[in-house]
Amino acid sequence: METLYAITTGVLTACGLYLTLRGRTFPVVVGLTLTSYAVNLFLFSMGGLTTDGATIVHGDGNYADPLPQALVLTAIVIGFAMTAFVVILAMRARSEAGNDHVDGKKEDRE
Amino acid sequence: MTLLWIALLPLLGVLVPALTAQRGRTLCSLATGIVPAIALLLTLMQLPALLAGEALRVSVMWLPELGLELAFRLDGLSLLFNLLILGIGLLILLYAHFYLAKDEPYGRFYAFLILFMASMVGISMSDNLILLWLFWELTSLSSFLLIGFWSYRGDARKGARMALTITGAGGLALLAGLLLLGDMAGSYRMDDVLASGAQIVADGRYPLMLALVLLGAFTKSAQFPFHFWLPHAMAAPTPVSAYLHSATMVKAGIFLMARLHPAIAGSELWSVVVPLVGSITLLYGAWFALFKTDLKAILAFSTISHLGLITVLLGIGSPMAVLAALFHIVNHATFKAALFMSAGIIDHETGTRELKLLGGLRKTMPVTALLSTLAAAAMAGVPLFNGFLSKEMFFTETLATPVLGGLSWLIPALAAVGGILSVAYSVRLVHAVFYKPAKEASPKKPHEPPHLMRLPVEILVALCVVVGLFPAFFATNLLDLATQAVLGEPLDFHLAIWHGVNLPLVMSIIAFALGFVMYWRHADLRRFLQPFASIDARRVFERFMVTLSYRAEQSIAALDGNSLQRFMSWLLLAALCMGVLGLAQMDILSGSKSNQPSDGILVFGAAMLIFGGIATAATHRYRLISLLMLSIVGLFVALTFARFSAPDLALTQLSVEVVTMILLMLALFFLPQRTPRESSPLRNVRDMLLAGALGLVVASLNYAVMTRETLSISSFFMANSVPGGGGHNVVNVILVDFRGFDTLGEITVLALAGLAIFKLLNRLRLFMPHSDGEGRVWSPDRYPAILTSISMTLLPLALLVSAFIFLRGHNQPGGGFIAGLITAVALILLYMARGVEWAQARLDFPFQPVAVVGVAIATLTGLGSWLFGYPFLTSAFGYFSLPGIGKFELATALLFDLGVYLAVVGATLMILANLGKVTTAHRPVTDPIESDTPAPTPAKEPR
Repeated sequence: METLYAITTGVLTACGLYLTLRGRTFPVVVGLTLTSYAVNLFLFSMGGLTTDGATIVHGDGNYADPLPQALVLTAIVIGFAMTAFVVILAMRARSEAGNDHVDGKKEDRE
Repeated sequence: MTLLWIALLPLLGVLVPALTAQRGRTLCSLATGIVPAIALLLTLMQLPALLAGEALRVSVMWLPELGLELAFRLDGLSLLFNLLILGIGLLILLYAHFYLAKDEPYGRFYAFLILFMASMVGISMSDNLILLWLFWELTSLSSFLLIGFWSYRGDARKGARMALTITGAGGLALLAGLLLLGDMAGSYRMDDVLASGAQIVADGRYPLMLALVLLGAFTKSAQFPFHFWLPHAMAAPTPVSAYLHSATMVKAGIFLMARLHPAIAGSELWSVVVPLVGSITLLYGAWFALFKTDLKAILAFSTISHLGLITVLLGIGSPMAVLAALFHIVNHATFKAALFMSAGIIDHETGTRELKLLGGLRKTMPVTALLSTLAAAAMAGVPLFNGFLSKEMFFTETLATPVLGGLSWLIPALAAVGGILSVAYSVRLVHAVFYKPAKEASPKKPHEPPHLMRLPVEILVALCVVVGLFPAFFATNLLDLATQAVLGEPLDFHLAIWHGVNLPLVMSIIAFALGFVMYWRHADLRRFLQPFASIDARRVFERFMVTLSYRAEQSIAALDGNSLQRFMSWLLLAALCMGVLGLAQMDILSGSKSNQPSDGILVFGAAMLIFGGIATAATHRYRLISLLMLSIVGLFVALTFARFSAPDLALTQLSVEVVTMILLMLALFFLPQRTPRESSPLRNVRDMLLAGALGLVVASLNYAVMTRETLSISSFFMANSVPGGGGHNVVNVILVDFRGFDTLGEITVLALAGLAIFKLLNRLRLFMPHSDGEGRVWSPDRYPAILTSISMTLLPLALLVSAFIFLRGHNQPGGGFIAGLITAVALILLYMARGVEWAQARLDFPFQPVAVVGVAIATLTGLGSWLFGYPFLTSAFGYFSLPGIGKFELATALLFDLGVYLAVVGATLMILANLGKVTTAHRPVTDPIESDTPAPTPAKEPR
């Protein structure tokens, strides 16, 4: 289970980072979102993988680690805010520069 | 307490001109003057206590962990400087009232001036090294604003930049020096530092510390070779030059050397370096003052020279030399400020400061001529003026000093040369402007300035004369206090005009004789100097700065080529190296914990995630498909959270997934649908290798962590959630209680992102395609009937669900974040199903205030705990019972969560609804009032 989880995180990271290295804004935004999924999964696993556990205090034994969960919860929401900001920035950049290259290049080779 | 007021009143005074600037200049000037006047009065009121020998200190803890206190002291030295800063500051205000032209923003000017005054008072009164440094930097910044006040002038901008670069760099060196000094003394308190002089000098780090501190002092006080910023700072309005560059700011370095004298001066190194640098500065400044033709430049170089003189005295460091230094600080401030102000008057009334264009002003401006002559006489050191007294003391001390061993005769010799030059340039200044007949007419017809504008000069010149005539009566007490503060013990001295015929007097006489000769043969000297090309310091400096930034840009460009892609590659490569380095240090990758067994569903989920990820990357050129693949990943991430016991996360991820996808779809509408094939195959392979390697590192790291026993602090949260936070859902209690401050920061970021997006969408010009990537036109059925009716039915249900999720959040999965997202999704669905127009008509309120109110509620909840004497964001809860409802719990955390809820709803809708509106007539546009270019001030309506 842990091996599978780790491989998944690794693949998502690799795909996300590959996309962030592209030259157009939209794939970069998608790549950032994908990377943030991978990062969230990674952070989440820092408390270990718990099956059928609880984060609600009721007295019985099997608890999941609540701290990474709380951190990841805020990370998800912040991630959304950042994605939104970057994608609107990309729109603005396209409207100002006339193309959607990450460097805002003048010549558009489309 | 009074001390605190003296130090902080001027800071508050910065607001006064800003508030009264609209009420006319006279009122503004008067109101601005009140604060320094009060501070001056309060300072003077401390005089009896000081004379009685009390140590006046006040201290408020600020950051005790860093040794930083808001600590102020008032001793003789601070008193002396406070009188200079506040007293001359008041005169400058009066002068500036007349100096600035009608249409200049005097309110801003006064505000900068008072800010500068406040920071100088702060330096003079600081009782803590770090606090002193803070005020020191504040003087650099405020002087930057003042020098560059006429920002439309290139020389003002360059001069300001140069001054800031030099003094700012010196300030950084000073910070390092002061930190070292505090470390060596074991405390940042002034008293402790001053008391541990022997220990400091014996420390091995002493030379380094001294070099750093002196760098700070020398740059600020324009000592050679850092003097060159001062002449260029003359681009400032003359009140600024008179105030900063004669009386106060350039004295800050001197002040620092005097203040720290007991702590750092007692070494061989000090008594060699400081007098030498001082002497060079003294001669260099005086020499150039003799040949400049701009009035203010002459005064600037003469200031450099006099600062050098004071530095020599402090370097010599004997008790009498310290006394002479302090005396000369006061004397120089009085006559130099007077001269600067006269130069300003001449500039103001004739339209030029160029010596070649001036002459014969004695006839048209007799009073100014008299005043300037008297002040210049004080500068030259004519007997019966204050400058004479301190100069005689200076000569005496240079004769007595043993600092350079067998070469000690060098110092009085240099001092005598300095004296000759100073006589020569003083004579030249006065004679060429007032007495020599003019060669050509000045640009404006000269006449006397308004009397009140001359009043500050009159007061200062009167001081020069009175102190020169009756030094014992006017200066003794003040100097006694000040020297006592520097030396730590009372000094027995007697100020007198006549000491009999002695060597210093002979030196003075020689200086006068040769000085006059030098001015008489000035033309010959100029001819002699002609072949030597003069160096324009500003050009050298500018060239240096340009080269520096060019080199920096080049070396950066060599790395990233101004391309984000290359920049990212470097970043990722660095991350890869760090990760590999970390992994390589591990003995074995897998830890002691064994793998848990997998089942079919898990394998399926992992396969879907991997498929989604790879497909997203592989199809990135077809953007819509790539986006759909991304949504698979998002969905399965949510399921993963659900599978591994994180219901809160699953709910959040699911709702965020919805809004993210809607957002990206909307954005994609305005962007190209396809990505052109641009990267070369080589680059693609390289990127794949880099990303793949990083994926491997992340996977290994993740595996390594998961198979090891982790030491978690979560048991604390588990144990304290119910008794401490009053909630059973530990995740939610962590968010709103234990780590509430993080959450507050986070919703602030969310609201800020929303506001930033709102601004970015303003006046956005967009290309709106009429068809999709394949060339098919959009469906004419814009609002499908099924979606419309479902969304209407769903809205109340969704709102009810979000209320339920919100309320139960403290004890069951849920909470403000999730509830906020559900509400936002429901409203967005309405927008999508019915269109912006329809929703706009029914939901016509801006979402910005909602988000802001949310953050405000959360903040106020946190602040509320202060009212009860608890730390920020302490939550309280209790159990109540109502008939019919039963027992229930109320916690302040719920209120905090309400803030979170509102912030999330507000920010999300601000982002999505505004983006949606871009397609319609309701697109956000800025009001003409808040456009970027400042609107011309509307003319007053005729009555």
